[in-house]
Amino acid sequence: MLKCEQFNKICVALDKCERYQKFKVYRDKILALTNDSLEKTIAIAVALCLVCAVLVSFSAVALKPFQVHNKELDMKQNILDVAGLLEAGSNIDQAFSEKIEAKIVNLETGDYVEDMNADEYDQRKAAKDPALSVTIPKDKDIAHIRFKAKYAKVFLVKEDGVIKSIILPVNGYGLWSTLYGFLSVDPDGQTVQSINFYDQAETPGLGGEVVNPTWRALWKGKKIYTETEQAALSEEPALSLIKGVVDSAKPGSQYQVDGLAGATLTSTGVTNLVRYWMSKEGFAPYLAKVRTVKGAQS
Amino acid sequence: MSDILNDETKKVLTAPLVNDNPITLQVLGICSALAVTSQMSTSLIMALALTLVTAFSSAAISAIRNHIPSSIRIIVQMTIIASLVIVVDQLLKAFAYDVSKQLSVFVGLIITNCIVMGRAEGYAMKNPPLESFMDGIGNGLGYSLILIIVAFFRETLGSGKLLGIEVFKLTKDGGWYDPNGLMLLPPSAFFIIGLIIWSVRQWKPNQVEKVEFKIMSIAHGEGGHH
Repeated sequence: MLKCEQFNKICVALDKCERYQKFKVYRDKILALTNDSLEKTIAIAVALCLVCAVLVSFSAVALKPFQVHNKELDMKQNILDVAGLLEAGSNIDQAFSEKIEAKIVNLETGDYVEDMNADEYDQRKAAKDPALSVTIPKDKDIAHIRFKAKYAKVFLVKEDGVIKSIILPVNGYGLWSTLYGFLSVDPDGQTVQSINFYDQAETPGLGGEVVNPTWRALWKGKKIYTETEQAALSEEPALSLIKGVVDSAKPGSQYQVDGLAGATLTSTGVTNLVRYWMSKEGFAPYLAKVRTVKGAQS
Repeated sequence: MSDILNDETKKVLTAPLVNDNPITLQVLGICSALAVTSQMSTSLIMALALTLVTAFSSAAISAIRNHIPSSIRIIVQMTIIASLVIVVDQLLKAFAYDVSKQLSVFVGLIITNCIVMGRAEGYAMKNPPLESFMDGIGNGLGYSLILIIVAFFRETLGSGKLLGIEVFKLTKDGGWYDPNGLMLLPPSAFFIIGLIIWSVRQWKPNQVEKVEFKIMSIAHGEGGHH
């Protein structure tokens, strides 16, 4: 009721306002013109644009907080999922802040960068920013991503101060799309815990099966780098997707994951993106440092 | 109900379901019908989004139809449709994030969906807002019906599921059903829509178009005479 009264008051005030009366006269004059006159065409176009612009910008601004929150929640959910911490019905925000710590890593040196705010850093955005990224030389760009951010945002899962898993962001081109995902590894920097792609547009049912939980479960326990006799690790990653099903009796099966049936190009893309990000171009220097720190502690 | 709906609104609501279906008779809106029907959930949201956009854009265009200069009428229609689609897209991103991620660009492509434009130009420019609104709803429902039928076959035969719930157990999970990979690819929707059009025209022969030209019968004895 109150609103109605206020509205009436505004209407009365408007009626008294000289400018509004002038506007009304002008408006009626325009509307009375024949539709195809130049003045009316321009007036209708301008008025329509104004109304539509207000409608669109209002919805964009009013809904922005919900959208940003959804995006964050989705990302956190994916990180918890790859860490194996996602429980149905639990509070994602709470679980994330309790168990997971974001860190910035300098990809070239493999050191943590402490003077950057990890919560605000967006690696995907940084990869597109010339000041924060490097162009990957063509011969090294096996993942076909062209640019990479200088700093990567990794997530550490800690329990009682001890690192349980390291979650590394990875991306690379498949058949139709760039796949974005997370690879979680043991603190030994060698054993895979899980993989999860949160953004991809591969063929549903074929390459799109990269999100299938049954297939993702095959990654658990796979090794990234070749183990030599001296217990040292090779510098280049050996992990790959093969055609068909992995024969666990054969030597080297710990470096192999079943390829996706009917999706050779997506499978190759996944192999390449894992190999790229685990190589010296990607996280190899960081993982090497994680291993030495751990060795010194034990 | 019958008091509210006069004959015209009843007609515009029900005719597009079978007799004047935008997909099977007018063959409009095929692009999104191919793209989003590999799963039932995305099809349902797409159908809802398109129905709402068609209804509200038709109503809005109809409300100002007497003042739209004919020289810019298509642009005016497009501006109204595009604004509504952006609003729908923003709403989905805010309240149905998972679905909007799956639909990705196809929500934006409602702007170019021929059904929306077709109803605006073909109906809303000549009829009052309420009827235009109902016409939009009717055509949206006709589109939805076909999308649901196509999605039903594609999701069950292609991935053994319906709305994400397993109906056939797949061989890779130890079941008996070997999924048909073609059903997951857009061309399969062509076959299904083709079969639907064929069955509807068998059922209602008056939908069969007149032959535009006739192949001349070969004169007797001209070919293959030994």
